[in-house]
Amino acid sequence: MAEVLNAEDDVDLSRRKFLTTATVATGAVGAAFVAVPFIASWSPSERARALGLPTEVDVSKLEPGMMTTATWRKQRIYIVRRTPEMVASLAKADSSLKDPQSEDSEQPEYAKNEMRARNADYLVLIGNCTHLGCLPKARFEAGQPELGANWPGGFFCPCHGSRFDLAGRVFEGSPASVNLRVPPYDFANDHTLVIGVDSAKGAA
Amino acid sequence: MGTAAQSPAPTQKRGAFATWLNKRLPVDEFVSTQLTGYFAPKNFNFWYYFGVLALVMLVLQLVTGIFLTMFYKPGEATAFDSVEFIMREVKFGWLIRYLHSTGASFFFIVVYLHMFRALLYGSYKYPRELLWIFGMLVYLALMAEAFMGYVLPWGNMSFWGAQVIVNLFGTIPGIGPGLVEWIRGDYGIADATLNRFFALHVVAIPLALLLLVVLHLVALRHSGSNNPDGIEIKERVGPTGKPLDGIPFHPYYTVKDLVSVGVFFVLFAIVVFFVPTLGGLFLETPNFEPANPASTPDHIAPTWYFTPYYAILRAVPDQRLGALLMALSVVIFLFLPWLDKSPVKSMRYRGWLSRANLGVFAVSFLVLMYLGLQPAEGLYVILARIFTVLYFAYFVLLFFIPKFETCATPPERVRFHAH
Amino acid sequence: MRTKYALALALLMVSGAAFSAEEGHGEATGYGHDWQQWQAANEVSNIASLQRGARNFMSYCQGCHALKYLRYSRLGDDLVIPPEQLEKFLLPPGERASNYILTSMPQADAEAWFGKAPPDLSLIARARGVDYLYQFLKTFYVDPTKATGVNNLRLDSTAMPHALSSLEGLKRAVFRDVEQQGADGAMIRVKEFAHFEPVAPGSLSAADYDAFVRDLVNFLDYVSEPTQAARRALGVWVVLFLLLFTWFAWSLKKEYWKDVH
Repeated sequence: MAEVLNAEDDVDLSRRKFLTTATVATGAVGAAFVAVPFIASWSPSERARALGLPTEVDVSKLEPGMMTTATWRKQRIYIVRRTPEMVASLAKADSSLKDPQSEDSEQPEYAKNEMRARNADYLVLIGNCTHLGCLPKARFEAGQPELGANWPGGFFCPCHGSRFDLAGRVFEGSPASVNLRVPPYDFANDHTLVIGVDSAKGAA
Repeated sequence: MGTAAQSPAPTQKRGAFATWLNKRLPVDEFVSTQLTGYFAPKNFNFWYYFGVLALVMLVLQLVTGIFLTMFYKPGEATAFDSVEFIMREVKFGWLIRYLHSTGASFFFIVVYLHMFRALLYGSYKYPRELLWIFGMLVYLALMAEAFMGYVLPWGNMSFWGAQVIVNLFGTIPGIGPGLVEWIRGDYGIADATLNRFFALHVVAIPLALLLLVVLHLVALRHSGSNNPDGIEIKERVGPTGKPLDGIPFHPYYTVKDLVSVGVFFVLFAIVVFFVPTLGGLFLETPNFEPANPASTPDHIAPTWYFTPYYAILRAVPDQRLGALLMALSVVIFLFLPWLDKSPVKSMRYRGWLSRANLGVFAVSFLVLMYLGLQPAEGLYVILARIFTVLYFAYFVLLFFIPKFETCATPPERVRFHAH
Repeated sequence: MRTKYALALALLMVSGAAFSAEEGHGEATGYGHDWQQWQAANEVSNIASLQRGARNFMSYCQGCHALKYLRYSRLGDDLVIPPEQLEKFLLPPGERASNYILTSMPQADAEAWFGKAPPDLSLIARARGVDYLYQFLKTFYVDPTKATGVNNLRLDSTAMPHALSSLEGLKRAVFRDVEQQGADGAMIRVKEFAHFEPVAPGSLSAADYDAFVRDLVNFLDYVSEPTQAARRALGVWVVLFLLLFTWFAWSLKKEYWKDVH
């Protein structure tokens, strides 16, 4: 080996270190750049974004006390037309709720109130239990047998027993820790709800 | 006992993790036998870059292929559309697709140059016959992989190319027609064919390729690399027991190969970003139309890397004989270690007859490649026949030339100029 | 549509009768004799041209041809067209911008009328080439033997009518007889194209029609690969970066290989 290669002391170590660092650093930067297109390819495609555009829902036929569902961005959306009694019962539940002011929960600014909505009449929720994602069932009748005489009405998730009130707020004792999420929504006019935009002026 | 009389123990300088790891995996051993302790001949030249580049291409095709599989939808009704979806609507889908399609062609350029090196320096001769055979098997697997991959976009050339090649199997006496139907899974090239080619292309053949490449590398490391002078460097060792003409693979060849990777990627990037179709050679024009069983493209030709064999197939006026000769033209490479009777490995020390023979072969291969891309008419047919004869003559002459030729004596030590 | 063709047919029959005796114009170097060398010479980076081409396509082609792999919204993004203008000039009524560009012509009917359904044109520029498309749109000529009343030099017996005849007008092709050696060696007479002659003017001048076609072909080139501009732009940076890397690697290699002698 001594015949072929220089003796150790002939070697300019600092230059080698510098060049190695430069090459490896450039290579690492290059590798990072190469990773970008592959990682980016996983983000929703144009097709997904096109299909994820705001959904319009006609609520003219929705009676007070009834719920209808819609789909937006592959999620089930619950739309409940609340009666005045339902709205009145909301204040009573405050002490048994985990997050009555929706501090930790996810909703647009205009839904960060007791109604968790733009107005008292319509409740719009993402129908996805905030525990592990099952579809909560509507249990609007107060005092239903299996939920107890104190049950004010709301949503009950069958998977692990989380309970939510008529504003989607989670009750103490539920495995879920935050309130049901509210999506961005607005009214294009009196009977058309547009889900997916904060402002429905000019939604397609 | 406690004096530190041993050479500085590895544990002194390295972290606890390295020690922990080495007790459980032979990492140090690997590095010292395969990298810093593997002595490769110091006289490697240009022709020796292509092994590492082939490995790089394999990794590239695997990674881009996996990502394409995330968006591609196999099936008659969906394949073509899904490719356009990738090209237009998946973020950077166009780049991943072009990397894969250009990658296929560059893979073959690299592999052909890699194989040619073996012909130049006799790298298939003793003790590397099995190394050569594993390499040939890699090549065969690669051809199958490329053929099936080309069918997947389900363009018009995908369809008709599949039609022609699968029909070739029908020339096998007796079992031919049944075999063709069995391969297709239907009475014509159809959804069934596409789906099974997808499974083979994405899973089966890549696994086989990986296995064969590993065997190829193990065989290489076992016999040691050949070199442009064709002499065995292990036969002349120094006082330390290391070959006099060898240098550690790491850092010398890791560093040198890094440069070749850089240069290679520059060329590769130029094609991917500026001429990805390369005028219809890398991405064939008829394939921008969906498969149409009712309309054959004007010229059916496989992609350029298959066209030498395609030219040989068409040169023979009989279909069965043509298919046989085409198969032979690939398979005959396997016998090279036993066909070549020369006592000398490298062309540097063989006589002018051997060099002329190889030169004619290389030219024939390239001419046949060109001819395979042209329509089979007129002068092209005559030329294809001439060059088919010259192609096979190479192998025959390899056997006989050593009887007439006086070779120079290979040197004791390799020829090397500092660079 | 049909009355237009009837009129055209009548017109050319009259002119055809008047001109038929002039077969032997022979070596007249009229317009079009070099049609096979015509090139589109388009620049996909010319956004203004693409915008005009998009408008041309929507006005004259979308009635029969779809661009099913392209969305209107994508068109708007790439061609820098604001949503209001997209809606006003390019979006058919009732379509959302996120929809794919389809045609309203029912495919079954189209096949019945034309003998062949008008193909989707998303990839036509890659499948045939821009020069082919340019030549195709510029070599329609009147031909009373065809159902559409026209034929085409680039694609003989095309099922497509001359959808742009209102713009280009109509022209006829003058052929001359030429002696050629047939397959069996005997001399045969074939008709060879000589040049075009105008029959009826369109609403555009020759120069304007040419510009119209060039914009349209440029647009189709863009449609066949919308990412091509981004591809080339990115390519410059990638190659430069790789050259930098290679330079470092090369310096590193040279440094280490000083050891080897």
